[in-house]
Amino acid sequence: MSSDDDEEVWIPLREREEWKDVEPIPQDDGPNPVVPIAYTSQFREVMDYFRAVVARDERSARALNLTGEVIALNPGNYTVWHFRRLVLESIEGDLDKEMDFIENMAEDNAKNYQIWHHRRWLAEKRGPACMNAELEFTANILSEDGKNYHAWSHRQWVLEKLGGWEKELEFLVQMLQEDVYNNSVWNQRFFVITNSPAIGGLVAAKDSELKFCCDAIRFAPDNESAWRYLGGLFKDDKSALVRSPEVIRVCIEELAKDKISVHALNFLLDLLCRGYRPTADDCRLLDFPSEGLSPEQLARQVCERLEVADSMRRNYWAWRKSLLKKANS
Amino acid sequence: MELRVDKHVEFIKSLEKKKDFDSMVMEHLRMNGAYWGLTALDLMECREDVDDAKVISWLLQCKHDCGGFSGNIGHDPHILYTLSAVQILAIYDRMELLDSDKVASYIASLQQEDGSFAGDQWGEIDTRFSYIALCCLSLLKRLDVINVEKAVDYIASCKNFDGGFGSIPGGESHAGQIFCCVSALAIAGALHHIDKDLLGWWLCERQVKSGGLNGRPEKQPDVCYSWWVLSSLVTLDRVDWIDKEKLKTFILDCQDTEEGGISDRPNDAVDVFHTFFGVAGLSLLDYPGLKRIDAVYALPVDVVKRIFG
Repeated sequence: MSSDDDEEVWIPLREREEWKDVEPIPQDDGPNPVVPIAYTSQFREVMDYFRAVVARDERSARALNLTGEVIALNPGNYTVWHFRRLVLESIEGDLDKEMDFIENMAEDNAKNYQIWHHRRWLAEKRGPACMNAELEFTANILSEDGKNYHAWSHRQWVLEKLGGWEKELEFLVQMLQEDVYNNSVWNQRFFVITNSPAIGGLVAAKDSELKFCCDAIRFAPDNESAWRYLGGLFKDDKSALVRSPEVIRVCIEELAKDKISVHALNFLLDLLCRGYRPTADDCRLLDFPSEGLSPEQLARQVCERLEVADSMRRNYWAWRKSLLKKANS
Repeated sequence: MELRVDKHVEFIKSLEKKKDFDSMVMEHLRMNGAYWGLTALDLMECREDVDDAKVISWLLQCKHDCGGFSGNIGHDPHILYTLSAVQILAIYDRMELLDSDKVASYIASLQQEDGSFAGDQWGEIDTRFSYIALCCLSLLKRLDVINVEKAVDYIASCKNFDGGFGSIPGGESHAGQIFCCVSALAIAGALHHIDKDLLGWWLCERQVKSGGLNGRPEKQPDVCYSWWVLSSLVTLDRVDWIDKEKLKTFILDCQDTEEGGISDRPNDAVDVFHTFFGVAGLSLLDYPGLKRIDAVYALPVDVVKRIFG
């Protein structure tokens, strides 16, 4: 029985020859049901037969099909997925067919934990041979919803356990072309840079990543993810931020284009706190008075601009300002 | 706009009598639903409106020999429902009904070599389960049955370049996962692993123009993040970094003032999950008339005080 019940007329289980020998077991909510609910008759019947099959622990092809019917009606029911796995193991079910089963279900249930876990379990059984299939599967899901958390987690697992690193950056570049603001893609990029055996880690990739990131910022300056990624590249050596001409340049350039760019102002604040001394030209460019301002006074002005430009977070910027008194200029 | 406690209480109580398909397909997570509903009622000081004895008798039927609890009668045990069961009994002050050693050993059995926790025998790993394990064992005063240090190490390994945490090492920072990791580290006395300024800033950046909170950059606001983000900020002692008034307004706008209940965002369908998290968020914002909720244990403060003294 396929899970695609829309096209076929559903035949009640009690009218099916193959189930004649089974006595369905009704829901037992206990003597004083807290939640006595009336089920639709189809749901009730399928569940009654499922309970019967579980009670006798029947591991058979018809049991497998029945779990499919339960899942089609209620994919969130985690117990039926458990039993399906037990059945598959016992009857040594066709795992390729099982992949198809998941494929059919996944598109309409892309945020369902049980489906993803089942897929993982299947992939673990099938091993390295399914690497391409898994990458393709997640790519399909991501083409519908580029931020699907389960898809990205699964993809990370595939890369780590089965491989496929070589093409991942290219995939991510395509995804960013579709949506440069997709935070999941930026996270995945960091994941690849720091884990791929082909890349050699953050230190090795820093220069090329810096260029990539700054280009993205220039393309879309209001991109929270790109600015955070920029900061992330220096996570192990924050003091190096202020020694990076690229970082300073992109920050000043973007601020010159948009004097109240919160991201750029925030970065400038960080740079100033780490000892950056803007030139008189830069100050003019950014509409800051260039004469006689100490770095602390300049940082203070940046905070005050932020308190207005990002007024929702005025308390945060006020706190940043309060730190300036304590820091050495 | 005010919180229509009367309407929301009626909504939650009506869920017990619901006879529709939606309640049917949620029956496997009834234990979670009961925790959301009862805790919300308790925060609104209306818990007595539900028959305790019926809930407890049903709950105990979800207990399995292994020590874990299932989402409903006839389902398999899972760490998710085990926590909800313990939390419900904590609210009722009936934890003596638990075989604490059994529950503790069930949870201990789910800890992996690397310190992470599986959800059940099928092995799904997620930092959500790390929080659940630490929270549950802490409530049972049985943290000694697991390797807390390794649990902490695993959570720390899930810390990202932006200061946040994901479901697994390398997983994207997400407010729900952040709540789990921050709270777990708080329970373990290991908050020093967190860059509070960096994460606090990431968290306060979740607030969007409407005043609502999202869970990740460039995503839509959702009332449930009023809990995940806000409670994390409370634990990190940086809750003033968001605009509380605007958030309060957003949550109140998510109410269905006719039928009761709260939805994920204004004018969407309501459900008990968002009703709980909306009320919990308002409690953290000190909304008048609501009991205070503990940001780490997600239980009323008086319950937590009773357990820990």
